[in-house]
Amino acid sequence: MSSEDISWTVSSDYIHHLVKSGQRQDNRKMDEYRPIKLVPGYIPNAFGSALCKIGNTQVVAGVSLVVGTPYPDSPASGVLMTGCELVPMASPEFESGPPRPPAVELARVVDRGIRESHAIEFDKLCIEPKEAVWMVMLDLHVLDYDGNLFDTATLASTCAILNTVMPKYEDGQVIREKTKEKLPVVKSPVECTFVKIGDKIMVDPSLEEDKAMDARVTFATTGGEVLCAAQKGGSGAFTRQELVDTLDMTFVKSKELRKLL
Amino acid sequence: MGGVSNVPLIKDGKRLDGRKPDELRDVRIEAGVLERADGSAYLEWGSNKVLAAVYGPQEVLPKHLSDPTKAVLTYRYNMAPFSVDDRKRPGPDRRSVEISKISAEALEKVVLLEQFPNTMIKVFVEVLQAEAGTRCAALTAASVALADAGIPMRDLVVACAAGKINDTVVLDLGKSEDNFGQADVPIAIVPHTGEIVLMQMDGDLTRDEYTQALDLAVKGSMQVYELQKDALKRRYGGVVDEQ
Repeated sequence: MSSEDISWTVSSDYIHHLVKSGQRQDNRKMDEYRPIKLVPGYIPNAFGSALCKIGNTQVVAGVSLVVGTPYPDSPASGVLMTGCELVPMASPEFESGPPRPPAVELARVVDRGIRESHAIEFDKLCIEPKEAVWMVMLDLHVLDYDGNLFDTATLASTCAILNTVMPKYEDGQVIREKTKEKLPVVKSPVECTFVKIGDKIMVDPSLEEDKAMDARVTFATTGGEVLCAAQKGGSGAFTRQELVDTLDMTFVKSKELRKLL
Repeated sequence: MGGVSNVPLIKDGKRLDGRKPDELRDVRIEAGVLERADGSAYLEWGSNKVLAAVYGPQEVLPKHLSDPTKAVLTYRYNMAPFSVDDRKRPGPDRRSVEISKISAEALEKVVLLEQFPNTMIKVFVEVLQAEAGTRCAALTAASVALADAGIPMRDLVVACAAGKINDTVVLDLGKSEDNFGQADVPIAIVPHTGEIVLMQMDGDLTRDEYTQALDLAVKGSMQVYELQKDALKRRYGGVVDEQ
């Protein structure tokens, strides 16, 4: 057990103690997000991008468009591929190398939120059926990890696809010149993450709360109170009622998040 | 999930394979099927075939993963290349990494890890034939294999999915329902407490549909739980061998 682990054990004991009396270490309410900042078009070289900060957590999402062959089972549909790198500068616990399970889970949960919401009109990304379609490459770069990567990364991603412009495609070549045409995006999926600590549930976990949590749940929603993806994590459990209550809370909080887009 | 619901999957209240909306596929479980593993189980769920094996508690390798407060539980979900129609490239892909992570977390809730500090418990699940719902089948088999290995647990973990097809919430999606359905909600529970230790969802559901799906999946899980216990009783139930 490293000294890092031991200090997290101490911190977690403190968080559990605080939460028991209904408090959070930064005095937030249980249903309160930290300040959120969203910078659309943060990387001008990318076809679409955004920087999102929730508290001190920072994630940059960048979109690249490349032409590729479609999947055989959807020959006239574009493709979304989401990758995530927990870059070593973002936390002492992140290391370079191939993505580990937490990075894979993050990328897949963000991907699922966007894909299942049908935010991107994939049928409009077909260039030549069976031959060529646009592939939307969404890359997440976690720059500073201070808790709640799921919501930060999803907000950055949705913002990035919303400001993505299509490149030109002429004579079988992608011309890196931005057009006025936008990536066809018709919905704004957002994700709300809650953690359970003891028997209390709170939204937007800080780093200390992420470390102290027993269980975590993330709900992805589109407007109109529709749930499009969900994921439970952590070694603790939720009751059925807790899940239903957090979903109700999600519908309330996701409206606030969607306003930022 | 397609989001398009124009493929008819329910006719006259029956699903394509003849099941009612709240009916499970046939599930068959056998405990203790492998020689070398400390515990094992074989499970068929519809046409799914999965094998689970448990090794440990044993020495932790690599050593730096060792935890002086509890055992480390690892879980490997793996699909055989021949388990699906189009050959799956061997080795872990992102999907199986994610399933392995959340399945390990689900088992951590019930396994008494704190009784075995500085050790490792390894769970391996091989999906030999896949036909929708493999993560639930795998986790259900894994918890029987853990019990077969004699590892102390608070309860078994049992998994089952519910979903939505043709705007109807149904239990345990089959393959075409998974491909052409509108939502899938796999969950795993601790039967004695009803706590939910794994939950994923994709597709589109309203709040009411989500709660219906949760309730239906819990109901299905409880049925599979009985089969898990039966399998263990058949192996250890104190019935004297015929010979």
